[in-house]
Amino acid sequence: MAEALMEVRDLVKEFPIHGGVLGRPVGAVHAVDGVSFDVLRGETLGIVGESGCGKTTTARLLLRLLEPTSGSVAFEGRDIATLSRRELKPLRREMQMIFQDPYSSLNPRKTIGSIIAEPFVVHGVERDASARKRHVQELMDLVGLNPEHYNRYPHEFSGGQRQRIGVARAIALKPKLIVADEPVSALDVSIQAQILNLLRSLQRDLDLTLVLIAHDLSVVRHMCDRVAVMYLGKVVEVGDAAELYARPRHPYTGALLSAVPVADPRLARAARRQILTGEVPSPSSPPPGCRFHTRCPKFVAGHCDVDEPLLTDGDPAHPGHLAACHYPLGDDEGAATARPAA
Amino acid sequence: MAPLLSVENLSVSFDTDDGVVHAVDGVSFQLEAGAVLGVVGESGSGKSVSSLTLLGLTRSARTTVTGRASFDGEDLLAAPEERLRRLRGNDVAMIFQDPLSALHPFYRVGAQLSEAVLAHRDVSKQEARDRAVEMLGLVGIADAKRRLDSYPHELSGGTRQRVMIAMALMNDPKLLIADEPTTALDVTVQAQILELLARLRDELGMAMVIVTHDLGVVASIADEVAVMYAGRIVERASTETIFDAPEHPYTWGLLGSMPRLDALDGADLVPIPGRPPSLIARPGGCHFHPRCPYVREAHKVVDPELVAVEDDPAHAVRCLLPSATRRRVWQELRAGVAPERARTDVIEAEEGER
Amino acid sequence: MTAYIVRRLAWIVVLLALVSALTFVVFYVVPSTDPAQLRAGRNPSPDLVESIRHTYGLDKSKPAQYADFLERAVLHGDLGYSYGHDEPVRQLIFDRLPATIYLTLGAVIVWLAVAIPVGLISAIRRHSIFDRLAMGIALLAISAPVYWLGLVCLYLFSKDIGQFPIFLGSGTYVPPTTDFGTFFGSMIMPWFVLAASFAAFYARLLRSNVLEVMSEDYIRTARAKGVRERIVIRRHVMRSAMTPLVTVLGLDIGVLLGGAILAETVFNIPGIGRLSYEAIQNGDLPVIQGTVLLGAFFIVFLNLVVDIVYAYLDPRIRYS
Repeated sequence: MAEALMEVRDLVKEFPIHGGVLGRPVGAVHAVDGVSFDVLRGETLGIVGESGCGKTTTARLLLRLLEPTSGSVAFEGRDIATLSRRELKPLRREMQMIFQDPYSSLNPRKTIGSIIAEPFVVHGVERDASARKRHVQELMDLVGLNPEHYNRYPHEFSGGQRQRIGVARAIALKPKLIVADEPVSALDVSIQAQILNLLRSLQRDLDLTLVLIAHDLSVVRHMCDRVAVMYLGKVVEVGDAAELYARPRHPYTGALLSAVPVADPRLARAARRQILTGEVPSPSSPPPGCRFHTRCPKFVAGHCDVDEPLLTDGDPAHPGHLAACHYPLGDDEGAATARPAA
Repeated sequence: MAPLLSVENLSVSFDTDDGVVHAVDGVSFQLEAGAVLGVVGESGSGKSVSSLTLLGLTRSARTTVTGRASFDGEDLLAAPEERLRRLRGNDVAMIFQDPLSALHPFYRVGAQLSEAVLAHRDVSKQEARDRAVEMLGLVGIADAKRRLDSYPHELSGGTRQRVMIAMALMNDPKLLIADEPTTALDVTVQAQILELLARLRDELGMAMVIVTHDLGVVASIADEVAVMYAGRIVERASTETIFDAPEHPYTWGLLGSMPRLDALDGADLVPIPGRPPSLIARPGGCHFHPRCPYVREAHKVVDPELVAVEDDPAHAVRCLLPSATRRRVWQELRAGVAPERARTDVIEAEEGER
Repeated sequence: MTAYIVRRLAWIVVLLALVSALTFVVFYVVPSTDPAQLRAGRNPSPDLVESIRHTYGLDKSKPAQYADFLERAVLHGDLGYSYGHDEPVRQLIFDRLPATIYLTLGAVIVWLAVAIPVGLISAIRRHSIFDRLAMGIALLAISAPVYWLGLVCLYLFSKDIGQFPIFLGSGTYVPPTTDFGTFFGSMIMPWFVLAASFAAFYARLLRSNVLEVMSEDYIRTARAKGVRERIVIRRHVMRSAMTPLVTVLGLDIGVLLGGAILAETVFNIPGIGRLSYEAIQNGDLPVIQGTVLLGAFFIVFLNLVVDIVYAYLDPRIRYS
């Protein structure tokens, strides 16, 4: 089994809510509430969930762009949450991020050449300006941009091209890990496909480990080896992608898969849809016990609203497929909501 | 029976500082009462502008609209503003993509709902409120009376979109135009809203035009699909046909670009190369030709017409390749062959035969 | 919300204390006439000056003087005794405040009455002749300094010295209770002169707000509902476009209530502005303290009022 590049244990991030006469914290938004998982070297791990599940916060915590309230994030065995800024800086070369919005993640006042070159400058690599320029142009070529556009500004490019610039910037220092936060959500479908293919080929060629945050389950299915499903700040299911999509064990995963619109009219009308009722509760006052119990079709009163289920193994034939549920879906229940393999 | 909505050669262009933007170019389609049409396209395809123009919402000094569009026998494009105003929100209703920005942030939901009725009917405020409660119930909002006093930002995304739908239904419209109704919503909520729309179609017999970029959305609810590119309809067919036997390279490209839950493991997506064209300086001939893997010299110059396919009058395609060729290419693509190889296999083989 | 208001009021007290301390310090750093000398009148004997100095506590150390001032102000509401005028400061302020209030309120009414229609019409008929003309004049009005405009108006229209004597000129102010007609007549030019630059600014502001709001999605929804355009503008557009104006209005009123120095001086209106100007000229510290504190109070208080009103107008704003 591959070794873990990152180990996340009991990660918690709370955002305080202030109130009262003195403005003291009166409550908190539990954005990430005790999350543990591994990122294996060389794999693509997908983190999926809907709004308010905490996946974007988790992404930022992985790179320590936010300070965790508690818990640990270990990169190659070292807990990055406890490192000083000086110790952290060289580690930043090893982990990079691609952002969601190609329109706001690039500084409009810098040429794309200098945007892509910035990682070199910050870390003191390639001090010779002309060598740096050549390196940047190689990167541009690698991501499918015309190297002659080195001196152009972001606004002269389309959304898809800007995202390519973001990718070039992220791979500049040959990091070991890239966290991509919804890298294609803001793009048209045909452009999405281009960027996804680019990420896949780069991952193969540069031996990258990729953490892909997305809300689109089809995208995650296409790109990822393993998938973690988040709901209201917790990981509710994690496992091998093919296995999880074929035999989901957590009812929320089942509902998510069932909800994805299928581009096949016969299947769309025939599939037994598991439509969830209600909406996601507020992260500042999560339900007691299992957080999903307010919408769960398998809810059992007295158990699910009292005891919080932990991530556990179910089927010995599939180790590593964990679900946090007292009454996980059986093989037949999950399969009905999944899609037949082509 | 005459169709409820009939659009013939609709063209819309905007006069901007950068030049004339040909947003919509000769779009034609028909919609029967109670039927659902899906209009699919990416940004810049003209899908939203077409539907906004039908309601006269793009009228301005710098906009030129030509062609014909009639609703229930009445000419929409030539109608005076007051006549159109009376149709809007009344016989023809529209809902938009982002319910948070589409509702006024300063007014309570109840007031905005009541306004939809009061704009067209002479009823009391209380009667309007009662109707609002009734509609909120119809769209599945619990505790409707209390919700009337909420502000839009206090509601969740799914509830807000239901409110928008309720607002559109206040006056029993015959036609509902939904512009990207599920794009801004979470997946599970999307499913709820699509299910709601299907239910409304069945219960109310309402015709719908669903404008979206997501082929999955139209698969579940539309009877007929029109695919738009660069302001034109490039293919139009029943939903089954669009997915089973599409005959336009752009439609193939859209289908190939979409990651699917039931796809082959490990297969790369087949994206469409290049980017959508500028609507000011459109490519000559077939507008799709710069991105088409099967382009030939003639396609750069000759403008294709939307022509019905031989054995299926409901299936029309705007492409210069012969139908038989297209079908052969689609068979190859469906079997997983890459477009470049499909091109050599089919098209160049044909040219060799001559 | 109550907790928020209590917090803000507490801050106001702290702020006022800071302001008074700062004024105190500045006054003593900046050289000016010796107040005792001033009070003593012409050719005073050194003994007289000395005894006056003692009466006013000017021979004590500065911190002690400040402590005295605070004690009197907080416990007795006594802001001291003016060096220049022969009255307690509080009385002076009460006497002069009404004129400033009338001037401010009148100007506000004038500038809103002009700015709102002009801003709205300019936005709706963007690029029309009306729009271009209105915005051009607005630019001029913003650029014209109050004192210049005031003097020009006096020169043109004042009854005593003007080329076209229509309005009552400078120095004709009487309180409204004395003679309402004269009061009103004397305030017409001051109101318009003071309102001019504000009207221009607000018209431009409203115009840009309206243009921005017109392109919002919810306006498109209102039209799609079939709402009449008149109502769309009145109920949907204006409600959103006017709300930011409230913030600016509150702050402007706050500043003006502290004394429109230039307007009051040009038109010789006995308000707070004139009072503070004279006090600074004469080194009359207690009066300066008083007017500065008054000005500061109006500004921070109006600030709080504006925030509360804004929360009422925009339901998305909630102070926890």
